[in-house]
Amino acid sequence: MIGASSHRKEGRAKVTGAALYTDDKFMPGALHGVTIRSQVPRGILKAIRFGEGIPWDEFTIVTAADIPGKNLVASVVHDQPFLVGIGEEITHMEQPVVLLAHADRHLAEKARRAVSLEVEELPAILDIQSSLELQQVIYGPNNLLKEIRIQKGDPATVWATAAHVIEGEYRTGAQEQMYLETNAMVAQVEEKEGQTWVTVWGSLQCPYYVHNALKQLFDLPGDRVRVVAMEMGGAFGGKEDYPSVNGGHAALLAWKSGLPVKLIYDREEDLACTTKRHPSRTLLKTAFDADGQLLAIEVDFAIDGGAYATMSPVVLSRGALHAAGVYCAPHVKVHARAVATNTPPPGAFRGFGAPQSLFAIERHMDICARKLGLDPVELRRKNFLRMGGTMATGQVIREDLDLGGIMDRALAEIGYHDKRAAYAITNQEDDPIKRGVGFSVFMHGCGFTGSGESYLASVAGVEGLADGTVSILAASTEMGQGKNTVFSQIVAEALKVPFDLVDVAQVDTDHVPNSGPTVASRSTMMVGRILEDAAIGFKQALVQQGFLKEPYTAEEFRAGVQRAVETLGSVKCYGQYHKPANITWNDATYQGDAYPTYSWACYAADVAVDLDIFEVKVEDFVTVQEVGRVVNPRLAAGQIEGGVAQGIGWGLWEEVTTKQGRMINNQMTNYIIPTSADLPRIRVTFLENAHPAGPGGAKGIGELPMDGPGPALVNALEAALGPLRLDEVPMTPERLLARWEEVSHG
Amino acid sequence: MADHITLRMKVNGEDRSVEVHPFARLLDVLREDLRLTGTKEGCGEGECGACTVLVDGRVVNSCLVPAAQVQGSEIVTVEGLAKGDELSPLQAAFVAHNGAQCGFCTPGMLVAATDLLNRCPNPTEDAVREGLAGNLCRCTGYSKILDAVHTAASGGEGK
Repeated sequence: MIGASSHRKEGRAKVTGAALYTDDKFMPGALHGVTIRSQVPRGILKAIRFGEGIPWDEFTIVTAADIPGKNLVASVVHDQPFLVGIGEEITHMEQPVVLLAHADRHLAEKARRAVSLEVEELPAILDIQSSLELQQVIYGPNNLLKEIRIQKGDPATVWATAAHVIEGEYRTGAQEQMYLETNAMVAQVEEKEGQTWVTVWGSLQCPYYVHNALKQLFDLPGDRVRVVAMEMGGAFGGKEDYPSVNGGHAALLAWKSGLPVKLIYDREEDLACTTKRHPSRTLLKTAFDADGQLLAIEVDFAIDGGAYATMSPVVLSRGALHAAGVYCAPHVKVHARAVATNTPPPGAFRGFGAPQSLFAIERHMDICARKLGLDPVELRRKNFLRMGGTMATGQVIREDLDLGGIMDRALAEIGYHDKRAAYAITNQEDDPIKRGVGFSVFMHGCGFTGSGESYLASVAGVEGLADGTVSILAASTEMGQGKNTVFSQIVAEALKVPFDLVDVAQVDTDHVPNSGPTVASRSTMMVGRILEDAAIGFKQALVQQGFLKEPYTAEEFRAGVQRAVETLGSVKCYGQYHKPANITWNDATYQGDAYPTYSWACYAADVAVDLDIFEVKVEDFVTVQEVGRVVNPRLAAGQIEGGVAQGIGWGLWEEVTTKQGRMINNQMTNYIIPTSADLPRIRVTFLENAHPAGPGGAKGIGELPMDGPGPALVNALEAALGPLRLDEVPMTPERLLARWEEVSHG
Repeated sequence: MADHITLRMKVNGEDRSVEVHPFARLLDVLREDLRLTGTKEGCGEGECGACTVLVDGRVVNSCLVPAAQVQGSEIVTVEGLAKGDELSPLQAAFVAHNGAQCGFCTPGMLVAATDLLNRCPNPTEDAVREGLAGNLCRCTGYSKILDAVHTAASGGEGK
């Protein structure tokens, strides 16, 4: 079962149009919610004015004053209000202030435009540098949402004596997840037996995050809050933290009106106000000996966290832990800061900080190779982590890691050496098309950072149903990645029954335990492993109680489960995360095993630049990755292909343009994601090296493909065009032209 | 101007008549009045193709079509592609190849690809890429969609 390309469980519903997404949920008598947002980046809210010509008495109106519980969104840090109240501080352009609901969607929209806010404006901080310089103190004592230091040895001891010291500065832009389904929530609040019962159905990755947020918002015990995950039209992190905000908003309107409320963002609102990838700025300083051996890496990593902490502390952590890349140096120092600005808060997006810091180190290694007069392949090979090697946190590599082999395989697939030689000649010709091939080598930590998995203590289970089939009980959500299918394969394998006998239960907090958030490339490896244990326990219980005798056929299994359910009523078995004994982590010192394991990869890109218009065409893209055992090769390849497509978008085209911190190209027309006409076939090779931490030896893969394309593409651009200041993504045609002119005409 | 107009059309082979706002979008009529929620709204500005349907055999973005314009027309949505319980060859190929991940672009993608194969039964890969360039997908990187269209075009054979 593990290793088979089983068909997607919900595939048929998705191709017939039967799959029900949040806005497809029919709620008779539902009101339509809209949100009034601030239109200044920073200030004090003085008054809310309701304009003429709107029948306000027909509207449900919610302001901060109405909130029954705590007006703070439960998250890593509880710092963000659901709504800003009169006299309170507005901290970004898209801050929610008033919620309205009406049965007529068009009238609700008209009313939204009729509300105006009186605000006493304050000076705003809109970028990383201004925040670090404390031009205004807008958050805590020093504008820092989180600061992390990691140290191994002491780089200061080698700068003076090293043969080569090379410094660089790198930047990455914000990126929009651009899930095809916008953020969407439906809520209903009922008063029964003198008590309040809140239910939210939504497009959300983490039902228990929303559950926690609603408990705090309404000051209710957990059993009176219910969160149901509907079919989800993509997420990529964009529905990790934000649903706690809009889920709360929908529930507030439903509570005040007593009617069901739909709160469905249109694309413009979704792009303007929901989370994005954190912009970053990285300063890198490396020392090498005369042979190109790395002596020291020093990283100053800063990300723009926006107005509230959201996921920034953990995004920063992952970025910091990936900042030294796949290299082993005796001296490493990482100083990482997430800074506050008066911009709509960024949040989770596939890769979660790692693409930013890996872009810097993988661009830097190519630049160092050029400055040292070495081949970028050989410079990397000299310095790769190997079994027994130590990372910046002191984590010792305990697996049979062969980064050189992964790299060589990718370079062979793309024809790296032949193409480099050929392009060196053809690029001299008087032709506006210049070609280059480049690559990146990187890793992605699987599961939560540090002690995150221990704190989560996730629970998942399996349940026997009356028809003899088995249902998987987990709060992990399906967002297209294939969780329904992969979990079913893992459980079927553990039970030794056909795939068709297993399916997943609907994700509903009234019915499934908290298996943790659906994030961090953790579902297959972490929750899958818990399910494997639960399934084995389930089978053993059936055998011990005499309902089943091993070995069994599928029919005997089914009959055994039926008998057990008839006899006992309910047959469930749960498993819980147990920290492997050999994993240690210290949150205070950032020393130890940052992740139980990593997935490893080399990606290579072949690009053509048209110097007449500075358009970049990706001619070929090769991915080689070691991800443990692959549970479902076709679904896994789909994850890699889709992640690379997003990575190519981030590397070349996807630019978030802002004014006063707010995205102003907030339409699909002018925020450009790749179409089918823009991409090559992305080539996918899995090298399998079973890892004991995951079910059947599987590791995580969801985020890995986001990390490699940015640096591989920009390294290829440098190979095509020579040493320009190619220090940033997205490297749009406009930016590339400007960098070309710095050299040619500057 | 009248508050409502009576809209008569044939949807997935069935005669339908609904009272709608004179400026209602075809997308809203399908989703809200006829409750054919398979057709999705991804952008509301004709950019993403998630709302693609066929009107009298032509591919349109239903978010850009005023319902009044389809008076008397024949509409095909994703719900009209299968014959009863039997998936169309293209739908079956999407299931077999993992052409749908999150599934939100899938209804529009299927309608557009169905139309493409009707017009051009054996398209080259480049022709499929061009033909589907108006239907954005954020999950797949398009490879598995191309595989599915290729398989359907070659009568179930394929990768």
